[in-house]
Amino acid sequence: MIKAVMVINGLGKPRLSKFYEFQPAEKQQELIRHVYAVLSGRPDNVSNFIRSLGTVFGPDTRLVYKHYATLYFVFLFDNSENELAMLDLIQVFVETLDKCFKSVCELDVVFNYSKMHTILDEIILGGQVLETDSVEVMRAVEEISKLESTTSAGTMINKSIPSWWAR
Amino acid sequence: MSGPTLLDSLFQRSLEDLIKGLRLYVGDESTFISKSLDEIRREIKSTDPQTKSIALQKLTYLHSIHGVDMSWASFHAIELSSSHSLNFKRVAYLAASLSFDPSTTDVILLLTNQLRKDLQSPNSHEVSLALNALYFIATPDLARDLTPEVFILLNSNKGSTRKKAIALILRLFELYPDAVRVCFKRLVENLENSDPGIVSAVVGVFCELARNEAKSYLPLAPEFYKILVESRNNWLLIKVLKIFLELAPLEPRLGKRLVEPICDHLKRTGAKSLAFECVRTIVTSFSEYEFAVRLAVEKIKEFLNDDDPNLKYLGLQALTIVAPKHLWAVMENKDFVIRSLSDADANIKLEALQLVLAMVSEDNVMDICKVLINYALKSDPEFCNEILGCILLACSRNVYEIIVDFDWYVSLLGEMTRIPHCQKGEEIENQLVDIGMRVKDARPQLVRVGRDLLIDPALFGNPFVHRILSAAAWVSGEYVRFSKNPSELVEALLQPRTSLLPSSIKAVYIQSAFKVLTFYVHHYISTKGVISSASQGVEDLMHGRVQENPQFVRTGPVADSDTDDGGLNPMMLHRPVRDVSVESFEDMSVAHEWLSSTSSKVEPITEESIVSILNFVETTLGPLSGSHDVEILERSRNVLGLVELIREELLGYLVKREEDNDKGQRKTHEMIKLIAEAFSEELGPVSASSQERVPVPEGMVLNQNLADLDAICGDLGLHIPTSFSFGRSISSGKDDVTMSDLQSKEEVESTESTSLLAEHRKRHGLYYLQSQKKEMVYDDYPPANDLKTGNNADDEADDLVKLTEQSLFPKKKANQAKPRPVVVKLDDGDGPFIPAKKVESKDDLISGAVRDVLLGDEATTSSSRTKKSDKSSSKRRQKDKLDIDKSSVLKEDSKALENSELENASLRRSKRHSRGKEKKHRSIAKDRDEHEEGDKQKVSHNHGKHKSRQRADVALTLAAQSPVIPDFLL
Repeated sequence: MIKAVMVINGLGKPRLSKFYEFQPAEKQQELIRHVYAVLSGRPDNVSNFIRSLGTVFGPDTRLVYKHYATLYFVFLFDNSENELAMLDLIQVFVETLDKCFKSVCELDVVFNYSKMHTILDEIILGGQVLETDSVEVMRAVEEISKLESTTSAGTMINKSIPSWWAR
Repeated sequence: MSGPTLLDSLFQRSLEDLIKGLRLYVGDESTFISKSLDEIRREIKSTDPQTKSIALQKLTYLHSIHGVDMSWASFHAIELSSSHSLNFKRVAYLAASLSFDPSTTDVILLLTNQLRKDLQSPNSHEVSLALNALYFIATPDLARDLTPEVFILLNSNKGSTRKKAIALILRLFELYPDAVRVCFKRLVENLENSDPGIVSAVVGVFCELARNEAKSYLPLAPEFYKILVESRNNWLLIKVLKIFLELAPLEPRLGKRLVEPICDHLKRTGAKSLAFECVRTIVTSFSEYEFAVRLAVEKIKEFLNDDDPNLKYLGLQALTIVAPKHLWAVMENKDFVIRSLSDADANIKLEALQLVLAMVSEDNVMDICKVLINYALKSDPEFCNEILGCILLACSRNVYEIIVDFDWYVSLLGEMTRIPHCQKGEEIENQLVDIGMRVKDARPQLVRVGRDLLIDPALFGNPFVHRILSAAAWVSGEYVRFSKNPSELVEALLQPRTSLLPSSIKAVYIQSAFKVLTFYVHHYISTKGVISSASQGVEDLMHGRVQENPQFVRTGPVADSDTDDGGLNPMMLHRPVRDVSVESFEDMSVAHEWLSSTSSKVEPITEESIVSILNFVETTLGPLSGSHDVEILERSRNVLGLVELIREELLGYLVKREEDNDKGQRKTHEMIKLIAEAFSEELGPVSASSQERVPVPEGMVLNQNLADLDAICGDLGLHIPTSFSFGRSISSGKDDVTMSDLQSKEEVESTESTSLLAEHRKRHGLYYLQSQKKEMVYDDYPPANDLKTGNNADDEADDLVKLTEQSLFPKKKANQAKPRPVVVKLDDGDGPFIPAKKVESKDDLISGAVRDVLLGDEATTSSSRTKKSDKSSSKRRQKDKLDIDKSSVLKEDSKALENSELENASLRRSKRHSRGKEKKHRSIAKDRDEHEEGDKQKVSHNHGKHKSRQRADVALTLAAQSPVIPDFLL
């Protein structure tokens, strides 16, 4: 099964993290830092696997990652998944994001935190890969957003505040 | 803090605002976060779901990205989940799934009804929200309560919902094994669904289940086989292959059927992931099928020659799996592997390293290690240590199986120590000591290497090699008889820079110095007699004693004539010594070994050199006798005591020339001899399980309360501290008192202090157990052999000693020709003392339930519980009895079966003789029938239920045996 999904930017800031086995918040942060430390030390154009990950996950936990522009997409999984298939899955995930956000960039990921989770949940449930077709995922996600906007339209008040208020 | 004001609600910041604010904020992020948290705390109490949801969303974000604690907000998430808006519900469930800890969040149970409602919702998105959340927060209670709802969803019309329910089932099985009884059949039915996505989800679940306990899923092999042959979905095929990877070792007949389709996939597929999975399956589980392995290796070659480093890496990994059984595959790609050692990618380098070491054999180990060491010198610290670790591991495998030339290997270990990045101190330390104990022939070289390490001042700087130094010190102390220059060793062991070492290692140094010094002086005393007598004649030294043995006069000159014959020489030299004291024979041979091993190069030990060494020891160890570290304190005191003793001895020698104070001198001689003997006692390797082999004496209660020990210790005549006894023995040794007298005297003297000590202990409740053992050695000076028989009372240990001697002696002389020296091995394999594993995990519960279901047995919950306890507790013999009982039940059972099934069963009975197995066949057959004939299903289902009472016990034996797949199914 898949144990965790992380999106970390090039400076080590987490953009998305989902652990399929419960981890306390501090532990999550520590893991993300650890993974980033390992990844940032690797040059480009080398293999995308990391085998030894310390003791936090089981000994057979493996990691694949892909580096897109400013973001690392990281999947952690055990040996009931195929490494290359996981790489493909990262591709599927990114493709889906790309379709949802019309050529995705880091800012989309930053500001669409909940949508990211929705997309991910359509692809993976409980560590199991359920959907590998980005069109299908797209369809489901769009349906959800449509439903949400209709059900909450009545109560919705736009409360976005100009940024000068932010301080 | 009060609730949010209207203003707060109106001007609430959205998540987007929060993120923007965080990005723009200059300065410490945490102040901004804590400010936002205050806001959130206020807002989240709002009765307006909109305000609440935004607050929760922000909090979830902070929790997930910035690690902010949100356990305090659990209840708010639950509150919000009851909202009718999908949006709010999603926020609530996301918060729950990211932050709830199923083991500690107690409000989870409050969600039960809401989850149930959402699972039954007509809106599929609500259902999937609930399913997703349930995965993260499920507790055993929640799993039990919601199993019926999930069960219904397994037949949902909507594919996506059904898939999610299937994926969730795995969690329910884990937490609530009885869910298997409810859901398993429907899960299996989904395997035949036309939607590959659904089948894929089911196979995914079985893949996870089979990893934990594959045996139970063997009966499903035909279904999986069908998928393997028919499906063209790569994701699905990968998972099926993963399942077969687990199943194949359990059922040899599977291999024949599977190899062909797997090879077909391998030839046909363009997808690298599937191709790699096929390769992995073949090399892992079907390595006996030559043609398949050939094909796989071809594919691996393709991978290796690909430009993609990922494929290279995986190709090497696959080679690593092949290596143990088909080394030719690695040999074919040898060049590539060696080249990969210098790849830019650390992963590839590591895999290549593994492979290089897989190729190591007796013949090439020296060459390969040479290459690797050179490589280690050039590479970065991390990889350097990786290499060293691998070499150490490969060479020590199976008690140094591949090492023929131990001299070379020991030197290699020394060489490794000098590599600047070396951090493998612990492993090298262990191996140095281990080789010393196991390989007698390697000891001279060990001492040489140890000496080189000890005198190298550069090594003190690297804290990682301190442990190696400790081993070097120990080796040179223990096997000092092979040393060419013991005085140099003493100097090295006590050099000022040793203050850089940690105290535990320094203690080893001091103890080793003690051994070396003892040997040195002892050797001096004993050889002095020999040499001087040989050169000067009898009268000077061996006065009155030797005259009884006129032969001595003859042997003297012979020894002097300096024959190079190693066999003859020792005998000659032993003669006079035997006259002095018969029991010191062993000891003399030790001294002699030194003489002969180092032959003519030995510098003569003069009295001056002894004196200068003694002075040196005294000046260096003097300050340490006040050390705060007990080990250092005690050991340095021991050495100082010895020095004092020797001074007496030397004085005696000088005096003797004039007065012939023979007796006092002999006394001290003997004492030094005894110490030296105690040290020359052979230390052998000890089996890790030897402690368990010692039978517990009858009437001994090991777990008794240790409180009584206080009284017992007080009653015993306690030995006085070592340094004290040393001082006494020295002075009294001169007074012409025998050893036993001395002891009793001491005991009398010490009673006073003992009673004081006992009182002190009673008051403070302290135990001084540790010191006793050492005092035994130093106080009593028992002959080494006595000590041994006292300790190794039990037969097995004695046998072991004999065995060791037997295996060591025959090859002793063969050293010159350099055959592989004897390596003492212990048979750790027999494990009657290894405690049997009694772990009964959840997986067993799951698989137990699965077996029940697969075997058509609708046993009740309670039966599964009893089964669990039965299984773990029942011994084999009892089980056999049970079997017999059950066979009668079985017979009755079989009467009730339909005719056709009976025929099948009896047919198979002729093939096999085990009764339990037949039962399984029938049940599987029935199971199959149920699948194929939908109408009949209910009938046979009920039928099964009828019998559940009867069969509840039978299941016990069935579960214990491995299910067998009928041939026709494959």
